[in-house]
Amino acid sequence: MDATIFLFLLQDGIINGSVYALVAIATVLVFAVTRVILVPQGEFVAFTALTIAALENGRMPSTPWLLLALGGLAAASELIRHFNEMTSRRVIRIVLFDLALPIALLLATRMLAPMKLGQVANILLAIALITPMGPMLYRIAFEPLAHSSVLVLLMAAFGVHFSLMGLGLLFFGPEGTGTAPLSSQSFALGDLVVTGQSIAVLIVTALLLMLFALFFGRTLLGKALRACSSNRIGARLVGIPTSAAGQIAFALAALLGAISGVLVGPLMTVFYDSGFLIGLKAFVAAILGGLGSYPLTVLAALGVGFAEALFSFWASNFKEVLVFTLIIPVLAWRSLVAPHAEETE
Amino acid sequence: MTRLNGPAVPIVCALAILILPFSGLMPDYWITLFNYIGISSLVAIGLVLLTGVGGMTSFGQAAFVGFGAYTTGVLTVYAGVSPWLALPAALLVTMIAAALIGAITVRLSGHYLPLGTIAWGIAFFYLFGNLNWLGAHDGLPGIPPLRLGNYALINPRDYFVVVWLTVVLAVIATQNLLGGRVGRAIRALRRSTRAAEAFGVNTAAAKLIVFVYAAMLAGLAGWLYAHFQRSVSPGPFGITAGTEYLLMAVLGGAGRVYGAILGAAGITFLRDQLQNWLPWLVGSTGNFETVAFGAVLVLILQTASNGLWPILFGPPPPPKPPAPRGHQHLPDRPLPAAGTPLLQARKVRKTFGGLVAVNDVSFVVDSGRIIGLIGPNGAGKSTTFNLITGVLPLSAGEIAFEGHAMQAQTPQRAAALGLGRTFQHVEIVADMSVIENVALGAHLRGSAGLLRSILDLDRSEEALLFANAQRQLDRVGLADVAFKPAGTLALGQLRLVEVARALCLNPSLLLLDEPAAGLRVGEKKALARLLREVRAEGVSVLLVEHDMDFVMSLADRLVVLDFGTRIAEGVPEEIRKDPVVLEAYLGGVS
Repeated sequence: MDATIFLFLLQDGIINGSVYALVAIATVLVFAVTRVILVPQGEFVAFTALTIAALENGRMPSTPWLLLALGGLAAASELIRHFNEMTSRRVIRIVLFDLALPIALLLATRMLAPMKLGQVANILLAIALITPMGPMLYRIAFEPLAHSSVLVLLMAAFGVHFSLMGLGLLFFGPEGTGTAPLSSQSFALGDLVVTGQSIAVLIVTALLLMLFALFFGRTLLGKALRACSSNRIGARLVGIPTSAAGQIAFALAALLGAISGVLVGPLMTVFYDSGFLIGLKAFVAAILGGLGSYPLTVLAALGVGFAEALFSFWASNFKEVLVFTLIIPVLAWRSLVAPHAEETE
Repeated sequence: MTRLNGPAVPIVCALAILILPFSGLMPDYWITLFNYIGISSLVAIGLVLLTGVGGMTSFGQAAFVGFGAYTTGVLTVYAGVSPWLALPAALLVTMIAAALIGAITVRLSGHYLPLGTIAWGIAFFYLFGNLNWLGAHDGLPGIPPLRLGNYALINPRDYFVVVWLTVVLAVIATQNLLGGRVGRAIRALRRSTRAAEAFGVNTAAAKLIVFVYAAMLAGLAGWLYAHFQRSVSPGPFGITAGTEYLLMAVLGGAGRVYGAILGAAGITFLRDQLQNWLPWLVGSTGNFETVAFGAVLVLILQTASNGLWPILFGPPPPPKPPAPRGHQHLPDRPLPAAGTPLLQARKVRKTFGGLVAVNDVSFVVDSGRIIGLIGPNGAGKSTTFNLITGVLPLSAGEIAFEGHAMQAQTPQRAAALGLGRTFQHVEIVADMSVIENVALGAHLRGSAGLLRSILDLDRSEEALLFANAQRQLDRVGLADVAFKPAGTLALGQLRLVEVARALCLNPSLLLLDEPAAGLRVGEKKALARLLREVRAEGVSVLLVEHDMDFVMSLADRLVVLDFGTRIAEGVPEEIRKDPVVLEAYLGGVS
């Protein structure tokens, strides 16, 4: 391997790694606040890319229908669970968020889709369609299980993942698509061709990570979320509503997933099930970071991206085998340095 | 967990399995479906043991099915080996793979363990799909059927017999395993690792045993699958299949062997029906069954996370321990003569970072004496206790037992030396019967291993262990609740169960951590009487206790700790008047 190939692989690795970093940060955030290991995180990524692709072609994407379906489910689930404690405030919230919002977005998409408004509008619309799915999923699947063990939540996450995969095939079909690059410029750096797209990925990721650090370090909401993650009962005692915290965490996760989808769309052909592998690799990074430290997670995500690039150069058939095997020695090491107590039920 | 008592149940099952497929009562559709249910049941039974009983969740079990299936596939297709000869090879390969993977996996703590199984589950899926000699993504076609002489078992009705006889054997083996000595240790893993270790169970080894056993059941299922399907491809060995197997175990009722079969039937049937009916209902051939499948999984977790079996059939019936033959007893441990030093603590020290929890404490426990270890809250009593029983390593100093310094003390070694203990916060396996909990105390006094349990050759030893457990329960006055689930007892009774369990070890030193807390007056008197009786037999007792009347009336000598330092030692009358002790308890009298 010469220097050019190495640099090329490094570039490839850093770009993929940046996307994994965003998804992994979301995974860590959701785990910290709700203890859910969000297996379906990758679905947000794939669905966003597919939505943008549809909008670019002037077609009406199926995403608003999916959003409406989830909204209906979330409303139904909340009505059934809290039938006896329905306040008018709660009903208004359900009607506004679960029904009015999806319907409004559906109408807006119908109107805007044939107009081909351009990249920025497409991206914003796709993000607006995907982000509300996060809190909806939390309320449908995870909130009723909020007091269960990590394991039960993990299995529920797999259930949600299966359902979303099926829905993805139903709503988006089996064909894969790519989206237009964010920037079609490119320039040469020695032997290495650097595309505008990769620069865009790096800038967006860095910016988001900075915003994230500010959010958690400086804002009251961010601090409340941190409190929930370090001690759920304590947070409740000082008046932080843990359910709202869970919904916010899921909304942020869906938002980060959607932005990753914007970044990843031009890099690869995205299918309805592409999200799973992206999510899993991010998940490898999240575990390498100990499911806790954000800077370590970003570093680990870049490492995973680079390792993946190297493996695909050396032994492309065994790329996935090697990436996932990588995790086991790390888990063993983490069990040794940070053993946690038996989980009690 | 009952044993199938007598040969009646298995024989009825076997007859039903032999007659049913040829009786004309079951159409082809059901026969094929039941074959898949049987094959999945084997994997689910393994998972029940691993997850429901042992507390280790595996999403990767499908990979072991793959090991079994591919081993027999390669051997029969490439080397022309008979499928019957390929069976031991398939089991061996699965066993070796499971031992290697398990050696790392069972050491993972908390949720790292399921995450680890997801990781290797996915890795093996891609490995199967990329190795050319395994046929890569297309798989291995042309696997020969099982043969009896010249008769090929191709007809699903013939195969039904093979599959379900295997399931019956697996159920019997698993029930036998769980009912035996190793099984009790395994059942203690999930709820109370600390108690298991305190009675000599090597928990890492016990975990590995369960892991390998579950994997070998999966490998067996893979062998059956390969010769039924007559081809293997990587699809059914991925993480989705692994999650499905886990779902079967959870749906049936994790922890219940028959529940695994119920869960396998439920999931297999559900998936099949969804594939049949959903396209008809919804009118397109989408992936609806995946959607419904995920939804069902979430719904089960939300509404019936203990599974269907307990809802349908209630809690498990109590065990029927074998009655001992003749007047055999377990051999008793020789006890040292009364008055000789049994346990000597010399300048024992424990620091946590900058905090000195136990500060150069020395004391002696003489044989056949009751020593009380008292002191205000935070005095270091429990830490001292944990140092003696090997739960915590010493920072400095020395603890000698029967004159020998105990180096690198572990809870297991302490148990082997004859230190029987109770816990300040009761450590009881709630879903196991009281008598089985007590019998766990005699773990080191039996020797039956995995195979002896599975083959049911451990009956006479089990009879002795249970007779002993029953005797100890009689002594603490709990004979009438012996067969209740331990979780239904009150706190005071549980403390007595712990005392009985510690006595079951046949200890030379009994270490009791606040045994009287939560006991009623009558129970306290009975406990005091029992401890005097035990002392008269030559057993020494080290007692940590807050109930001053209780400890003063009972102890021969008292050791008083305050802020980790020994402030007084002597007979109860002296301690009562000791000004230093009074100040420690009541504050200065200035």
